[in-house]
Amino acid sequence: MRYVDEFRDPQLAGRLIEHIQAVARRPVRLMEFCGSHTHAIFRFGLRQAMGPNVIMRAGPGCPVCVTSSADLDRALALAGMPNVIITTFGDMMRVPGRRGTLQEARARGSDVRVVYSPMDALRLALENPRSHVIFLGVGFETTAPAVAATMYQAHARGVPNFSVFSVHKLTPPATRAVLDAGEVALDGILGPGHVSAIIGSNAWRFLPEEYGIPCAVAGFEPLDILQGIAALVESVVEGRPGVFNAYGRGVQPEGNPTALAMLERVFQVADAEWRGFGIIPASGLKIRPAFADYDAERRFPVQVERAGEPPGCRCGEVLRGVLEPYDCPLFRRVCTPQHPVGPCMVSAEGACSAYYLYGGEPA
Amino acid sequence: MSQVILMAHGSGGQMSHTLIREVFLRYFDGEALAELGDAGLVEDGSFRAGRLAITTDSYVVKPLFFPGGDVGKLAVCGTVNDLAVAGARPLYLTAGFILEEGLPMETLERVVRSMAETARQAGVQIAAGDTKVVERGAADGLFINTAGVGALLTPEPLSPRRLRAGDILLINGPVGDHGLAIMLQREGLTFQSGLTSDCAPLNGLIAALLAELPGEVRCMRDPTRGGLATTLNEWAGVGVGIEIDEEAVPVRPAARAACEILGLDPLYIANEGKVLIAVAPASAERALAILRSHPLGREAVIIGRVTEEHPGRVVLRTAYGARRVLDMLAGDPLPRIC
Repeated sequence: MRYVDEFRDPQLAGRLIEHIQAVARRPVRLMEFCGSHTHAIFRFGLRQAMGPNVIMRAGPGCPVCVTSSADLDRALALAGMPNVIITTFGDMMRVPGRRGTLQEARARGSDVRVVYSPMDALRLALENPRSHVIFLGVGFETTAPAVAATMYQAHARGVPNFSVFSVHKLTPPATRAVLDAGEVALDGILGPGHVSAIIGSNAWRFLPEEYGIPCAVAGFEPLDILQGIAALVESVVEGRPGVFNAYGRGVQPEGNPTALAMLERVFQVADAEWRGFGIIPASGLKIRPAFADYDAERRFPVQVERAGEPPGCRCGEVLRGVLEPYDCPLFRRVCTPQHPVGPCMVSAEGACSAYYLYGGEPA
Repeated sequence: MSQVILMAHGSGGQMSHTLIREVFLRYFDGEALAELGDAGLVEDGSFRAGRLAITTDSYVVKPLFFPGGDVGKLAVCGTVNDLAVAGARPLYLTAGFILEEGLPMETLERVVRSMAETARQAGVQIAAGDTKVVERGAADGLFINTAGVGALLTPEPLSPRRLRAGDILLINGPVGDHGLAIMLQREGLTFQSGLTSDCAPLNGLIAALLAELPGEVRCMRDPTRGGLATTLNEWAGVGVGIEIDEEAVPVRPAARAACEILGLDPLYIANEGKVLIAVAPASAERALAILRSHPLGREAVIIGRVTEEHPGRVVLRTAYGARRVLDMLAGDPLPRIC
């Protein structure tokens, strides 16, 4: 398959791995921001292959995982309203809130549907004029522009029965939060590929400039990841931090101006609550007053009690990179993909699910 | 277990297994059922035709018509294949219809015509039937249940318990086409893939194999819901280790592309015209040749083997030489966010 197979070539990967091993003469501690990176690293067995001197930590880059329990309870409350169709990406269906999951809400009679694009949710609103369609806007800078474009279109066409519950989040503030907390020592960050396609690799310049560590933006195929790690390891060993773009086919230094303009038009930056972090200043996207008619939070204010984490769940520490999933006492014993306690085990981007699915000792 | 039935209880993965164990097997007993094969094997001293295989399945697919098939073709193929992989020659089917008030007659006729054609192609007779009509909203268009009876072709019943270290695993072609073709047709998904369901009756292919290698085939399974990964895990569940060469598992480029976009793994996607076969090591090449000489087995390949190591687990060998565990499907395959 074009654009995939050439980035999975085992021979080229082997050469990159040898190079990384030769350069990493001492331990180098890196965080991969993205859950998709964690999954690819495990799926292709890259940790095993690179050896003990490249220490990788999973970061907070899983939009489902960092959605706060309170926001999840709000979504469940919205799902409980009459004549409402909740639309969501598939991952959100199984995340447990305090009132169960959206999947269970659907089984109890709520109308919850999985969509593959926010435009599909808008189409559903046009097809069901007697219902109100709410789209759960969960995601990072990657997904937010498509949601913004959909709201823009709903606004332009005057669709009366469509709104978005926006819990979109921004990735650079979360990266700062991890570093500012100082709970985990890091020599470099493997930056998110698809997010950076929108915000640009320049958005990561604060890492070398303010924190003195390198950032390599990478795609999600094995060669992309290895190329990013090679750049980071070289930079750490040589003591020359910078921003490296190992995803040239997708990422420009200044990002995607059209998508950024669309974001700017519909959303404004606001504080946001992240699971595991609490409130991170200026880390979320709320809907501008001009689009208030399409803002589910304004149209259907729901009150939820402050929700704590499920007892014993260490997802917060996993998301901050403080703990590895193996260190959580629930991991694999109580918390499994069949009976997930926390979101990191549910989501296809979650660190715990990657460790569970691919990290098991074969013997 | 959940207090209500969830969609994932029907996915064929772990949750389906829990449901079967904790509800059905708690109340239904009997040797034929406890085996949990695709078909139960029964015999009766007063009956002289040898051992019989019995199976039943219900078909609630949405949409009713999809690229490469429809619910009627599926209802015949699914039951025929369940008998065939149990090592039986399918003989008779029953067909039960649950029709929703308001279903266009033309739709019903199209489905029934397709069932008749597929039954003819598979060489089985539809010998009994039933029809019920329910109020609008009580069913989604049309549900079909088929049950089937077949005569056992093998000297002894096929079962994963016959698996031995060294046995070779084969599959008759690429995986994932059926589940993806349906998923892409279903509401919401609007991109073109050209994928068609692999839905086909496999009894001819399997009979050809059993005719030449009667004692050498250890067991077979059609990896439907839950996909190849779930079937492999069911086999490993009897206490053997299974090793799969990831690169060897055939997946069409269009199926791979669709999986990449949706964040799905083709090993967990349903098939309706595929059979996983375990044969004794000495017969592997012969089995491959027999499969490849049949139209439904042209793309057959060897994908792995049964091992003494890691009993109870399926291990995938990746292109990078790494080994990782291939687990059973946890719930419904759900497309991801980013």
